[in-house]
Amino acid sequence: MPKITYILPDGLETVLDAEPGTSVMRTAVSNGVPGIVAECGGSAMCATCHVYVETEDTEGLPAVSDVEDEMLDCTASERCANSRLSCQLQVSEDITVRLPETQV
Amino acid sequence: MTIQSTAQEVPVLELDPFSDEFLNDPYEAHEQMREAGPVFWLERYQLYGVARHAEVSQVLADHETYVSSRGVGISDFAKEKPWRPPSLLLEADPPHHTKARHVVSHIMTPKVLRGLKEGFQERADELVARVAAGKGTVDGVADLAEAYPLEIFPDFIGLPKDGRENLLPYGSMVFNTFGPRNSHFERAMERGATAQAWIMEQCQPGAPAPDGLGAKIHAAAAEAGYDEVDQAKLLRSFLSAGVDTTVHGIGNALQCLAENPEQFGYLREDPSLARAAFEETVRYSSPVQTFFRTTNKDAELSGMRIPEGSKVLMFLAAANRDPRQWENPARFDIRRKAAGHVGFGFGVHACLGQMLARLEGECFLTALARHVEKLEPAGEPVQQLNNTLRGLDSLPLRLTAA
Repeated sequence: MPKITYILPDGLETVLDAEPGTSVMRTAVSNGVPGIVAECGGSAMCATCHVYVETEDTEGLPAVSDVEDEMLDCTASERCANSRLSCQLQVSEDITVRLPETQV
Repeated sequence: MTIQSTAQEVPVLELDPFSDEFLNDPYEAHEQMREAGPVFWLERYQLYGVARHAEVSQVLADHETYVSSRGVGISDFAKEKPWRPPSLLLEADPPHHTKARHVVSHIMTPKVLRGLKEGFQERADELVARVAAGKGTVDGVADLAEAYPLEIFPDFIGLPKDGRENLLPYGSMVFNTFGPRNSHFERAMERGATAQAWIMEQCQPGAPAPDGLGAKIHAAAAEAGYDEVDQAKLLRSFLSAGVDTTVHGIGNALQCLAENPEQFGYLREDPSLARAAFEETVRYSSPVQTFFRTTNKDAELSGMRIPEGSKVLMFLAAANRDPRQWENPARFDIRRKAAGHVGFGFGVHACLGQMLARLEGECFLTALARHVEKLEPAGEPVQQLNNTLRGLDSLPLRLTAA
């Protein structure tokens, strides 16, 4: 099972096993990881599941779609080169993400 | 027919989800449908139904199998001509749908909505404070739940002051016509006929105020290559789906909070729970109860075969109270994490106005927490029966100003 490491804004880390094919957002929400709001439930409409991908090799990740790109311009915390919406990140390999200071 | 041909036998239910009895109080029937199986057959209307959270979510997510272009009501557009030209958003599939949706999502982004918050909040504070100061009993529907969105939304779109009373009957008509041709359908068509003419007029390019959202949609649609007929149709989606739904959301929230004083207490103590309280209302009361899809190929869902050309009725409201998904689902709890409900749908057809609805709900309930000390029922609420929507006709309330 792929492992997802969540780094909270205060530096605390949570490591979770992910069902292959589920998203970084879904895994966080169903395990009660704080800091991922995901108001729209994964429809790429609210920009409240923003994460920074810390894993260097990002080849296995799905590409940023036009819709995600537009939503990333609407995040409450600053958009960086490694910003993604975690609802769009289906996991197949281990991944580390850092959570932003705020989502709303 | 289909029952013999399925891999696993699909349970057959005789109940009528569009009867007055069901629409008045659907919860026992919801339970019966969830317990019948992951998929069931509604004998009366000759169609399939799903009422559990898992299956409703799967049908919503698989837009290639369960299409919208054949109508999201009971009628199959492949066999029956729709009563109005199909929506470019609601009643369309990718890639056409993708293009139309992008025109709108590009304009109504979370960032744009954040910029509206201050103004929306001011108007909510003004309205709620005024109504609360009025003493005595009020109608939570007419005085608050209708008053607020009807003040905010038409201004946001850029509609004229005159004729706004047409918005509610038009929305009600659209949502009623997703159901069968019962008395609600027929009455809605009668009441909506005059409203429809006004709505169509407002949807024409050039009609809305130049600084509102309506004009922006027209301009963006023109830029994307849509002709004037389609530009009008894109705005029509907003006027169809943007008012009744929010009115019911706010009305249902008022009812839930009045009937659960401890919950209103939590909101009073911490007004920042307003957004969560609105989210929980959408889960608990599901202003949009149902939507249909049509299979455009043979499908299999949880081991049950659904042949091509079948109508599938998704009970969003039943999924939002599925005990397989929620703890104490029949409990209204504004401190629960309600995200993941399907009250706004999910996937490519997820409600385009959901962030606007949340903003309106949040501002309204924040104002309620600030300006109302006590919120009490002052009589029996009257349910408004609609083939798709769940909301109130009236809600007698006693307000004590803070």
